[in-house]
Amino acid sequence: MMTFIRKNKKAVLLTVLIALNFCLAAWGDDGGNGAAAGEKQNKIEIKDFMFNPPTITVKSGETITWINRDDEPHTVVSVGKKFQKSSALDSDQEFTITAGAPGTYEYFCSVHPKMTGTIVVEK
Amino acid sequence: MKDHNHILHNVEADGIDRRGFLKCMAWAGTGVLWTASGGILVSKTLAEIAKTGTPMPAATDLSFLQISDSHIGFSKEANKDVTETFRIALDRINAMPVQPSFLIHTGDITQLSKPDEFDTFDEVLKSCRTKDVFYVPGEHDVLNDGGKLYRERYLKSVDAKGSGWYSFNKNGVHFIGLVNVLELQAGGLGQLGDEQLNWLEADVKGLGAETPIVVFAHIPLWTVYPQWGWGTSDSERALGFLKRFGSVTVLNGHIHQVLQKVEGNVTFHTAMSTAFPQPAPGTAPSPGPMKVPAEKLRSMLGLTSVHYKQGKSALAVVDSNLS
Repeated sequence: MMTFIRKNKKAVLLTVLIALNFCLAAWGDDGGNGAAAGEKQNKIEIKDFMFNPPTITVKSGETITWINRDDEPHTVVSVGKKFQKSSALDSDQEFTITAGAPGTYEYFCSVHPKMTGTIVVEK
Repeated sequence: MKDHNHILHNVEADGIDRRGFLKCMAWAGTGVLWTASGGILVSKTLAEIAKTGTPMPAATDLSFLQISDSHIGFSKEANKDVTETFRIALDRINAMPVQPSFLIHTGDITQLSKPDEFDTFDEVLKSCRTKDVFYVPGEHDVLNDGGKLYRERYLKSVDAKGSGWYSFNKNGVHFIGLVNVLELQAGGLGQLGDEQLNWLEADVKGLGAETPIVVFAHIPLWTVYPQWGWGTSDSERALGFLKRFGSVTVLNGHIHQVLQKVEGNVTFHTAMSTAFPQPAPGTAPSPGPMKVPAEKLRSMLGLTSVHYKQGKSALAVVDSNLS
């Protein structure tokens, strides 16, 4: 998980350097530590080449976890590279990020680009 | 194979412009021979050929073989031993009385682009008597590194450009390997991209219209079923550059089943996988690996043999399964 943590730090640094209101890069893999106690867990299941639910509304700071239930690898990639992409997720593998700045974020599977999803982040 | 599986077309045409074949699209079962000469396109099952004694093409000019979607590393229910079925496919090649000049692998060598999966593939491939193999990547071969590892391993014998496209000539046939699995856009299909299309336009510019063209790429270069992403968004532009040629054969993988379409002088063909079948378009909730009874699996895996006889306009494409 060292690489994830390193990337995360880099992303945070980038955010500070670029602009305070361009907070999207603060999104990152949470290093597998999961959400802090009391925080809502937001799960997105990948099944039959679909993100379910296709649209999820979360609060800034909450975690979002995808789990792949297909026999086929999938990825989670932000349209416009607004948050860190996952590596290829094999069956039953998970990917978790922490939601950053409020806004609407589109993402897709770069292996099967017909698969798309939306994250709405509220304050 | 049952006789009703065969498809027979007798279409009047002038032998050069086969517009009569437009929209002639057919589901072809395994073991189907396609030939075209004198304006008549005929397809017959191998079973029918055996019955009527129609001669198979003699191996005099150029024969090559297409293998596809070996997915080394896959171990789910649809086929727990894809290395073994890949090995069986190679055994079938080795058993051919005349070895093909070379193989074309139309992508998805591996399941997860892992170095050890590529290693296993390379190791098993050593048993193949035919040594020359030309590759194009599938999306499974470029998962995490944009195809770096793939390109390092599989493009040594070709003059590859950009993300790995190239062309070469054999026996007067011009072969073009295209990459349509990289930089895919949200909501979209396979994609060639401007840089590759510009290269393609220049690549075929100096060729005479009589030069037979074989194009191979992983994702179909025609729209098979866009709902499942089975198509390439900018393939029309690529095919536009090839319109003036008298014989164009397009070989694809990705969909793990045989599908043919003839449009003008262009024959589109997709190959079976050596790993697992996928459902026919729209017949399942998703295009994921299809579980079939164990005794049926090998009948749905296979390879494609292509024969070109010098002086004839079209290439004969024959699929055979592993059962």
